[in-house]
Amino acid sequence: MSMLRKRITLGALSFSLCAGISSAVFAQSLGSPISESQLRGFDLIAPPDGSGYPEGGGTAIQGKVIFESRCSACHGMEGEGTSAATRLVGGDMQSEERPIRTVGSYWPHASTLFDYVQRAMPADAPKSLSSSEVYQVIAYILNMNGIIEASLVLNRDSLQQVQMPNKDGFIDSSQAL
Amino acid sequence: MSKQELEKVAGNGLINRRHLLGLGLAGVGVAASSSLLGADAGMNLEIPSWSKQPGPGASGYGSRSKFADDMKRLSGNPNPLYPGGGASRSPLHQLQGSITPNSLHFERHHAGIPDIDPSQHKLVIHGLVRQPLVFSYEDLLRYPMVSKIYFLECSGNSGTLFGPNPADGTAQSIHGLVSGAEWTGIPLSTLLDEAGVEPEAQWINAVGADAASMGRSIPLNRAMDDVMIALFQNGEPVRPEQGYPMRLFVPGCEGNISVKWLTQIKLSTEPGHFRDETSKYTDTRLDRKSLQFTYPMGTKSVITSPSGKMKLERQGVYQVSGIAWSGRGSIRRVEVSADGGRTWADAMIQSHQSEKALARFLIPWEWSGGDAILQSRATDSQGNVQPTRTSLVTEKGNISTYHFHGIQSWAVNTAGDVANVYA
Repeated sequence: MSMLRKRITLGALSFSLCAGISSAVFAQSLGSPISESQLRGFDLIAPPDGSGYPEGGGTAIQGKVIFESRCSACHGMEGEGTSAATRLVGGDMQSEERPIRTVGSYWPHASTLFDYVQRAMPADAPKSLSSSEVYQVIAYILNMNGIIEASLVLNRDSLQQVQMPNKDGFIDSSQAL
Repeated sequence: MSKQELEKVAGNGLINRRHLLGLGLAGVGVAASSSLLGADAGMNLEIPSWSKQPGPGASGYGSRSKFADDMKRLSGNPNPLYPGGGASRSPLHQLQGSITPNSLHFERHHAGIPDIDPSQHKLVIHGLVRQPLVFSYEDLLRYPMVSKIYFLECSGNSGTLFGPNPADGTAQSIHGLVSGAEWTGIPLSTLLDEAGVEPEAQWINAVGADAASMGRSIPLNRAMDDVMIALFQNGEPVRPEQGYPMRLFVPGCEGNISVKWLTQIKLSTEPGHFRDETSKYTDTRLDRKSLQFTYPMGTKSVITSPSGKMKLERQGVYQVSGIAWSGRGSIRRVEVSADGGRTWADAMIQSHQSEKALARFLIPWEWSGGDAILQSRATDSQGNVQPTRTSLVTEKGNISTYHFHGIQSWAVNTAGDVANVYA
């Protein structure tokens, strides 16, 4: 297989050089097809449209237990953090003084909280929480910020309804030159 | 040639860069130093010991001289609660030219350096494409590649200069999150074309294979431009700390979007709004609105010598040297001031200039032993001029500390000590 593909590649290369055709001509056969269903355990992206949320769920009450054992060493027992970078709770973007930017005051999308905890937290053991544990621990972080009730079962449907206080606070500059 | 014949072109001792091209300056350098080097000049030279015995032969992998091994990246203290986090900074004050050796290229990691076996690594392109594809490292090595020299700069570089008090630092500690290299790889557009981009796709979501699975979103129009999947850096496979076996490389843009250890590219209608493009790497303005996806790095220059914590030991002619770069083009001009920005002289741009690459600049300067404030100001091929620190901070505020590209000041005092100041 490998030899055969190599031969095809080289043949196409000579063709493209002779004919002055771009590299796209011989690039076409090197990637192997894969299906989205084969990527379910690989693709962790959870964008704001809710399309990436998995099954599972739970409440802030459940999340508090996880948070205190897995998160509080960096983020404090109340989400107050051990530094400005690890503070999760409080702040006000419109305050007179320099605003404290946290999940509660700054983050525009609740999906980012799910996405980030699922892919990168806890920092000492990323991806060690189950999907339900992720829902629960972010429910607790949202509850500490007064964004959801402690009894709300956070899951793919209810997370989609969560409105973040600073949701209108960002300007897309991606096309700025 | 005597010192009096040097043409001064700006205040406080800046000399016409044209003197770099002729013999005049070399003559002055010797003249200025000969009296201080008198002892050496009077000694009889003898054949040194290393000229009397053969040294070791060729080796499989080179290393630097033991007399030059003090050149190191500067890294912060490890944080046990944030394993693998943090950054290291290039020793700008010790480097010359415009290419950073791979061992000294700056680093920024969000969960350490993964130990990736390239034979097990996959790159997946999926989402809004006609045919999702997976590529092995071996597959990718078969594609035609392009090589380009580019700078890479962390958007937090020089961020301390937004602060109210000037950091007592070096060119390395303040500005060392920028480096330059030749990057070789596959145009991303080649692979996207192969997968077949669906018309509704507007963004790519790029994810790395590190423990943080760090992700960033890039608009499709930018992704189809000069973005590459880089496999080689200065001719050798990309180093592990730079993303081995492959990284995204987005020329001219904040380093964080050049996702290392690249393993996933998903096309979508909207950005992923990852943590590192919402909570971090966003710029809160004075009106408390925050700019998201601020990719290009500003037009900027830094004097690397003389620079912070150096000491000028004697009066005379020095070469003021530094680097300049722009995320929006090439460097057209660098001016240098020795009097805190009152008067300016054009520096010579020493190295060849390409788009979104470091340019080395140089201008001779005669230090008379008095106070001086050295500054540099870059202009790029689009006409963008590096702003003063005051105007940058006035415009942007300092709630966020990304994308600092203002003019920085090195003060030289009468003792010859060099320090970062606000001027």
